[in-house]
This record gives sequence, structure tokens and C-alpha cells, in this order.
Amino acid sequence: MSDQIMTIHLKIWKQNDPGSSGKLVDYTMDDVNPDMSFLEMLDWLNERLMNEGKEPIEFDHDCREGICGSCNLVLNGMAHGPEPGTAVCQLHMRKYKDGDTIVVEPWRAKAFPIIKDLVVDRYAFDRIMAAGGYVSVNTGAPADANALPVNKYDADLAFDYAACIGCGACVAACPNSSASLFTGAKVSQLAHLPQGTPERKRRVVKMVDKMAEEGFGDCSNYAECEAVCPAEISITAIAEMRREYAKALSEIV
Amino acid sequence: MTATKNGILDSKVPEGDLKDKWDNHKKNLRLVNPANKRKFTVLVVGTGLAGASAAASLAELGYNVKVFCIQDSARRAHSIAAQGGINAAKNYPNDGDSIWRLFHDTIKGGDYRSREANVYRLAQVSNNIIDQCVAQGVPFAREYGGLLDNRSFGGAQVSRTFYARGQTGQQLLLGAYSALMRQVHTGKVEMLARREMLDLVKIDGKARGIVVRNLTTGEIERYAGDAVLLCTGGYGNVYYLSTNAKNSNASAIWRCYKRGAQFANPSFTQIHPTCIPVSGKYQSKLTLMSESLRNDGRVWVSKTKNDKRHPTEIPEEERDYFLERRYPSFGNLVPRDVASRNAKYVCDEGRGVGKTGLAVYLDFRDAINNYGADTIKGKYGNLFAMYEKITGENPYEVPMRIFPAVHFTMGGLWVDYNLSSTIPGLYVLGEANFADHGGNRLGASALMQGLADGYYVIPNTLGDYLAENLHAEKIDTNHIAFDEVEKEATDRIHKLLNVKGRKTVLDFHRELGDIMWDNVGMSRNKKDLQKAITAISELREEYWKDVNIPGESATYNKYLEYALRIADYMELGELMARDALDREESCGGHFREEFQTEDGEAVRDDENFSNVTSWEFQGDDKEPLKNVEPIEFEFVTPTQRSYK
Repeated sequence: MSDQIMTIHLKIWKQNDPGSSGKLVDYTMDDVNPDMSFLEMLDWLNERLMNEGKEPIEFDHDCREGICGSCNLVLNGMAHGPEPGTAVCQLHMRKYKDGDTIVVEPWRAKAFPIIKDLVVDRYAFDRIMAAGGYVSVNTGAPADANALPVNKYDADLAFDYAACIGCGACVAACPNSSASLFTGAKVSQLAHLPQGTPERKRRVVKMVDKMAEEGFGDCSNYAECEAVCPAEISITAIAEMRREYAKALSEIV
Repeated sequence: MTATKNGILDSKVPEGDLKDKWDNHKKNLRLVNPANKRKFTVLVVGTGLAGASAAASLAELGYNVKVFCIQDSARRAHSIAAQGGINAAKNYPNDGDSIWRLFHDTIKGGDYRSREANVYRLAQVSNNIIDQCVAQGVPFAREYGGLLDNRSFGGAQVSRTFYARGQTGQQLLLGAYSALMRQVHTGKVEMLARREMLDLVKIDGKARGIVVRNLTTGEIERYAGDAVLLCTGGYGNVYYLSTNAKNSNASAIWRCYKRGAQFANPSFTQIHPTCIPVSGKYQSKLTLMSESLRNDGRVWVSKTKNDKRHPTEIPEEERDYFLERRYPSFGNLVPRDVASRNAKYVCDEGRGVGKTGLAVYLDFRDAINNYGADTIKGKYGNLFAMYEKITGENPYEVPMRIFPAVHFTMGGLWVDYNLSSTIPGLYVLGEANFADHGGNRLGASALMQGLADGYYVIPNTLGDYLAENLHAEKIDTNHIAFDEVEKEATDRIHKLLNVKGRKTVLDFHRELGDIMWDNVGMSRNKKDLQKAITAISELREEYWKDVNIPGESATYNKYLEYALRIADYMELGELMARDALDREESCGGHFREEFQTEDGEAVRDDENFSNVTSWEFQGDDKEPLKNVEPIEFEFVTPTQRSYK
């Protein structure tokens, strides 16, 4: 813990609504405590702006503990900022130095239109999930949970993929704005579980096709997505998804 | 259909032996045939475990469902943040668990302030929940043999908690969310994200619609339906700092309270013992460290006051493992309220640790020595990493610092056994209702309750109400009742925006939080509670004269959303204080200083307070009317809770 107060220069994207053009606006914060989170610094800035009669900066956030996937800031060109495996809500200012300048932008992708300032529309992810990201079982009385053993290796791997928080950083970081890591994570989770087997082929085709239809690009193996993913999803998810897709296409008539 | 009979609330608990009540009840509930289900529209507000599971299950049955959430996606509801696990009475570990024992632990953990029938039903369906989630592909932790793993949690002496690393809530919610998205795909569910419920529309005394604000455009929208399900979570954010998500709020339930739904046990708040302590004024929320950590971590402070030594320099004999000392049989696994209060005591004595003195140590040294750092990392790796991210300290080397924080609200809208509020057609599920946890919730029981309500209770009980209303007049949103409610909602928004005062919403929220934490927090007394009632009322008056809200109504405007929620908290906080003042006993999370033993344990008063206090709104300038529902014990004998 440090008591050293810092000055931080911010260049923040301001945009009134989806239709208008936006720009970077300069702000200087001269009372940044290193123990503040990045979002707490924005709260602090907004308090100051409102006290000065100015408009605050709109940004998305909710749980502030890295799990809901709401926050979506690109800091100096990096989705979720410089700390690996960390959503921007858990980034603390002790990672920066006194006098640093930080450019703050929203996710930028055709499939994620800007609503206001740093807030974007990510409904496309829900639509990919609706296309097939589930096991089709109704609520009822399925077999006993231990009736079907799952080997620990697959169960753990399925969890690794299931840890995706749906934030969209993978899309923001990808030069092609591909949602392959997001989609691949769900496809791979269910491909590793016996519960996912009956719909395995249908699922991957529907989700991948939906992803393209929503305006996300294809994957060219830049691996930028893996580098920024706060849940540290491996790009093997994408390799698995492609294999599943190719197999499914060759087998589905 | 009235909720009160002779002034006493009717819980509609079915007759019969405890074990048979739910089955018998299901046999007696009316059904809606498949062709008629298509004629009904159900409005579900909130998409956490309760909302998502209810909406998906009702749509699977054939009802038309409209679902509303304040986030940009249903998957972001705050259930996602639950870490530790979900209880079920599977008895897979063969350690003596049973439905009866889960029921009994939950009743006892709740300090005998919940209904036997509700809690027994909860324990009964707990096993179905695990089966259902596994069938959905929820990746629970497993053993090498491929079967599910369990761990132990506070308030129980068996291992009945199923978990998915430290992200159980996330995995369960994604299971329910997936089921919901499947129904969106079939067209049975219409998903309306970034919508916040502003008010309830009642026609002929029944819930028939809601008015919402579209948070993207600021437009006010109307939705009509045959029933409304509130699944909007708890109200811990009334304390400003809590482990709740920033957008979690009480507005939906509070607006319904003001429309006639009674609010039960509002003061029952859970203060969770293991949170990361506050670091400064800028702090915007508190982060919970899962209670599962208490399985291996040992809680201690120095035996001497103001001990400024580094924790690793304090020798063993100078450490006070105060939970192990006071509660030898449960040790570090005492229920949350007991652990929290004891942490407060040692800090009040001046033995708190860290810069602020408002923290105790949670130490893994012994566990690491016994089992190795790798084992501990395997169990808690993500929690340790999160702790380090937030504090900058490495918990493998330095003991964690923890302090209690507001985490869950056991109080909520009053519901009967069918989850119906006192307004016909308005149902309340999950944390938003008051039902199952009594005075204190045990760990890993919130997820169980949310999913029990959504997957297994409401699909049965809602049908009974709808069957009764099969021939009710269909309402559309042009009905005059919608005009009136919408006008009230827009007037309120404009009134707030036009105050144009000097203080921000955050200033007010922080002040409210301070009043609540200091006077209606872990330890309460008559004088402080009376002081709080006056202080909140004054602050509320000031709010409507001096709050500064930027921007306009007809745009995306987060601070306007926030301002509307705080306006409601300013009223709810007062009701909480009133309820705490009224309940002259200590039970569960509600600790009244006047009612304690010589060594500081809670003293319950079963003679006068074995009941639910349910408050009925009488008007803005009037005191609410107090109703009671007696809590009677037919099958268990209330004892003074002892974890010694």
C-alpha cells in the first residue's frame, strides 16, 4: 500500500449518441490514490465534473469484481488495460506512474455499436448464445447428477472454457473483430461434456454461422484475444471450434 | 383472495406432515392446459438465478414470457458473482447428511425465524437443482473417479456444498441464462435488456403490468401481463458500501411496497465476515472473499491492543485465534453473523489490524504447511489472485486482512408459501423475497433458494393463480391505469432532474450509508435506531432540495438511474431502522445490544418475537402499519443457537 498521490492525464472518448461522431477529450486528475481502482478514478472524475456543472462520462460497470463482464475499456490500445488476466474494474492505479497519460476508449467493432461515450451495445453476443449455446434440456427431473461420471480432465477443461465472462475484449482486441474466442469457449465447454454431445454438431454450425451473420470477422490467428482475455481463455478454444465445425459440416447432410 | 385473515397474515402453508406438504400441495394446485398457457403473458423482472430460471421454466411450459434486466445482457445479473457454492442434501460424501439435516441446519442457522414448510421444501428440491444443473452442462468440480466433489461451509458439520472453483454463481447463472436464451430462440421469451422497472400497474387490485425506463433511450415503456414476477435481488446497497454490484437496487420491490405489497423483516441484513477491508474514501464497493476460505484459513488478531508489528513477526503465543477460542466445536466455521460480530468486537477493543484498525487476519500459514501451497492454490487460487490484485499483497506469504461487509438481505417482500406477495398476481422470488433464511442465511444457500424458487416452485404455484384467472379480462397498455402510473413515474423523474442542487447523488448515498452502517449495522440499540430514523428523514428532505443530477431524461443517463434508486433507498433505510427498533430481541444478523448474554451472545425472545414482521405502506407522511405472521414450530424445537 502506498500513500503517494499521483497525477494522471486522461484522454477519454466522448460521443453523444450512436449517430454522432466522437472525439477524445483531455482531463487531468491530480489526486489519484494508487489503491484506487481505475473505475473508482473515473467515479472520482465524474464527481468533479458534475460539481463543475459538466457532463459526466458514461461507462458500463456493475459487479466491479471481474466477473459480470460489463466493463469494457480500452486503455492505451489494450482491451482491459495492461494487467494480464484482469478486467478493467480490477485494475488498480498502483500499476501506473505519476504523470502517466492514459487514452480511454470503448470496444470498437462493427457488431458492437456505441450507445454513448464508452458504453457499447453487445446484444450480438446474446444472439450467438441463443443460436445454440446450450444443452436443450427442460426443467424437470433429469437423472441423478452422479449417474454420468465425467473424467476430471474433461470437467476441468470444460470449466476453463466456461469461465468466459462475455465481456467482448476478444472482439475489441482482434484486428478482424472476430468473436471466435467467445464462441469457441462455449462450443468447447459443451464439446468436452457428455451432456453436450447430442447437439454437438448442430450447435457449432449454428453458433459459428450466427457469429458471421452478426458482422464479426473471421479468425486469422493473431491471438490478441487470448492476450487480453480477463478469464484467460486459451485460443485452443478457437482451434477446437474450427475442428468441431469442419467435422460437423462434413457429417451433417 | 386476501393475504390477511383477521389481521394475521396467511402463509397458506399446506396441512400435513412436513415431509408431505409440498407433494400434497402440488396435487391440489390447479393446472392450466397447454392450449391455455399460450394465452397468458408473464412479466419477469430480473435475470439472476431466480429470474432466469423462472423465465426459462415458464416458457418451456408454454407461457409467453417477457423478461427485463437492467444490464446489457441477462448474463450479468449479480448472481454471477457468487463464489463459494450451492448446498444440496445429496449425501454423496456419506457423512450423515439428509433432507432433514439440511432443513434443520437452515432453520437453526436462520435463528428460528423462517417457516418450517418453506425451508423443508427448499431442502427437498435442493437435490433436483444439482441434477438439473449437471444436465445443463454446468461444470461442477469433480473427483478423479468422475463424480461430483463437495466441500463444507459455515453453519454445517457435513460437506454438502457443490462448487465450480470459486465461480459457482457464474456457472449456475450461465446454466440458467443458457436455458433462457434457448427460449429466446424459440420465441417464447422476449428479452428486454437495459430496462429498469419504475412502477407496478395494478388493475382491480391485481398486478397487471409494469412501467419501465428504457435505459438506452430514456423512453418510458409499458408492458401488460397476467402476472408479474419480481426477481430483482436484495437491497444491501442501502449501506452504500456492500458486496452487491453497483447497479443492484431495491427500486422494483420498493415501488411495489408503495403499491401495497408488504415488506417483511426489512432489518434482517447479513454482514459477511470475509471481505477485503476498505482502503479509502474513494472506495466504491467491497469485494467478498468466499466463506469457503474459512475451511483452511484461521482467523486471528494480536492479544495486545494496537500491535503494530508485521503479522509474521507476532509469535504464536501472542496470537488470539478468537473464533477457535470462543467456539471450539465450530471454530472458524461458525455462521456468518457470529463470525462478523466477533470481528467487530476485537476491532472495538483496539485489536484490529492494518492501517485502519478495521480488519482481522485470515491466515493460511498452517494450511500451507500442512497441505502444501499447491493444494491451497488448487482450492482457492482465483480468490488469492483476486486478493492480491485488489490489495497488492501476496496472501501465500502475508495473512489476508478481512473485515465484515454487507452482503445479503434476508428481508424482502412478504410472500406466502406460493411465493405470492400481498398483491394478487405479484410474485417475488430469490433474494427479493423474505422467505427462507430467517434471521441469517447460511453460506451456499442463496443460490439454492434462487434456483428452487425459479426452477421448481413458481412453475407449479403460478399455474394455480393463472387457472383462477383464466377468464379475466385481457388488459392492454392503453388502459387508464397505465396512463396514471406512467405520469407519476415521469413526474418523479422531472422533479428530481429539476432540483439542480449542489450535492451529487454519491454524496447523499455515502451519507445514507454511514447512517445505516453506524446505526442499523452489525450491532444496534434503541437510541441509535431512533437517531437513524430522524437522520434519514432529514437527509431525504435535503435530497429532494439539493441533489444535482446531470443531463436529461430522454437519453442514456447513468446518474439519473442512480438518483432514482437512491431516492428509494432513502425511504427503505428508514423502514429498516423502524423494523430493527421494533424487534426487541437479538436474532441472527439482527443484534440488539440490549438483548445479549454476559459474554455477548445473542438473546432471542421466542415468546414475543417468534414471528415475521410485515410492514404495510400507509402513505408518504404516515407511519407504516405493522402486521405479523406467527412463526410456529411443529417439527423442530427452537433452541438457543450454540456453536460452542
